[in-house]
Amino acid sequence: MSGTGEAYSRRRWTWPAFAAPGLLWLILLFLIPFYAILAVAMGRRDPIFNTAEPVWNPLQWDPGIFGEVVNEIISGQLGVIFLRTVAYVATASLISLLIGYPVAYFVARHSGGRKILYLVLILTPFWIPYLMRMLAWVNLLETTGFINDILTFLGILTQPRDWLGGRSETVVMGLVYGYVPFLILPLFAALDRIDQSMIHAARDLGASPFRAFLHVTLPLSKQGILAGMVIIMLPMFGDYYTNNLLSKSPRTRMIGNEIDLFINSNSGESQGATITVLLMGLVGLLMAYYLISVARTTRETRT
Amino acid sequence: MSVDLARPPESIETPTARQRVRTWITNPWARPRFLTAFTWFYIIWCLIPVLIAVQFGFNEGRSRTAWQGFSFRWYFDDPDLSVWNDPSLRSALFQSLKLAAGTMLFATPLGVALAIGLARWRGRASKPANFLMLFPLITPEIVMGVALFLVFVYLFQVVQLGTMAQVLGHITFTISYVVIVVRGRLFAIGPDYEEAAMDLGASPTQALRLVLLPMLAPAIWASLAIAFAISIDDFVISYFLRADASSETIPTRLYSGLRLAPSPALNALATILLAFSMLAITAAALFLNRLRKRQGTRGSAVEDLARLDI
Repeated sequence: MSGTGEAYSRRRWTWPAFAAPGLLWLILLFLIPFYAILAVAMGRRDPIFNTAEPVWNPLQWDPGIFGEVVNEIISGQLGVIFLRTVAYVATASLISLLIGYPVAYFVARHSGGRKILYLVLILTPFWIPYLMRMLAWVNLLETTGFINDILTFLGILTQPRDWLGGRSETVVMGLVYGYVPFLILPLFAALDRIDQSMIHAARDLGASPFRAFLHVTLPLSKQGILAGMVIIMLPMFGDYYTNNLLSKSPRTRMIGNEIDLFINSNSGESQGATITVLLMGLVGLLMAYYLISVARTTRETRT
Repeated sequence: MSVDLARPPESIETPTARQRVRTWITNPWARPRFLTAFTWFYIIWCLIPVLIAVQFGFNEGRSRTAWQGFSFRWYFDDPDLSVWNDPSLRSALFQSLKLAAGTMLFATPLGVALAIGLARWRGRASKPANFLMLFPLITPEIVMGVALFLVFVYLFQVVQLGTMAQVLGHITFTISYVVIVVRGRLFAIGPDYEEAAMDLGASPTQALRLVLLPMLAPAIWASLAIAFAISIDDFVISYFLRADASSETIPTRLYSGLRLAPSPALNALATILLAFSMLAITAAALFLNRLRKRQGTRGSAVEDLARLDI
């Protein structure tokens, strides 16, 4: 580091001072609210109105409601909802990968002179408001909508189907449609970074295109695949609106719906907070993985 | 095995039809037809439903599935049901614009300062600070929604649910996006310029004002636009922090409308939202493009936006 002593010490306090307001904001409106979830989940409940009474001192926490909810998960209805959520998210993110990888691969490797055009086209859905995209599908999937028109015209269906009446496949399709664009971008970034000469080397040494892909491209894009999968699984686990718009039935209910129902009812805040804590437990590992891999790539770009 | 030299290999002269098909499929230097088709199929699948939804906002009739001719009925002609004349739709539009403007104006300075601080600060606490900045980007939004809802109801009771709570919530998760946009630029500049300025006698504030900020300007403009787009697109935070009909935004109004009584007016409202979002993101791309030109980098800002992953 250059600079004389006095100037240097002045600089030392400059940068933290810049970060301070933003950090203070995040502490007040991100960390403390997080703590509020715990305080409500571990707090008391008013015996008559069943309203939550948060307890801010962790020494006085009462794991009563927490235990109740965990019991409910192990024994019954909530457990089914947790399992269903995991199944939906796993299916939807796998399908998203199967759709997203070829697209990202094509744009990164083979789009040639039209790369900008393709990038604009795959970026556009990213910036189309999510609710707008869901609205589009609600219209298409109605009993009198285009999807039924096409399917009956082609003879695949003999009569229109009620797609919005609580079908798992509709919800999974909605999740895929909603989140694929968010997977394609990190995948594209990872595939675009791969040094083309590696693939040429493999080909020159006699690997078939398929083997070159399997042994060079795929391993080199592994980080991008994992990061992209995590980045779409996190919001999917907390999704309740896709489900509520494409299926109004409790048969397809997910964790997010459960949280939404409890928090927006007058007396379910403790249960809602408890389920939120459990959801965080479920996605905590994914978040940790993502943060570590981000820290690694940031370090690489900085040096 | 012996090779019959008298007979030339027939494939050189006339490849059989089967061989031609084989090379057509396996030729590694040909254009990847399957991938091209697949990508276009994906793009059409992604965009056509939205275009159809836009189209039905202009429908003459009440149907969202049968086309009855073009009109502006659902935008402003209809005296009761159009976006402009239905008070709930119009108020949602203004609420969204209000929140986006407020978020943009507060999140951008906070984010820019945080980005500068985090990019240059090498103290012991800078690492946890970096992690704290990343958290809002990956926390499922429903968790942030619940957290903010509970904290405004039970702890910071001075903040009423409604517009105030919504703006504060939007700012909280937008700051990190601003940091990401500006930080990329800061890494590219490196610390040399402002250190040179300070070595030549500039105070830190002077170095910042006269050297660093002008270099960051296009990135700052771009992050204003991105903050606007992120806020206007948000659904979950607005949903958990709304108080009554007056704090419904476009996305929350679309949500309740779709569940209760869909009409082409919702398509019209969604189209307006789409237009604002696209406008903001185009502006961001133009600012980033200017940045590239100034640096003399080739290529397009679209690539910067595409690599905007965290």
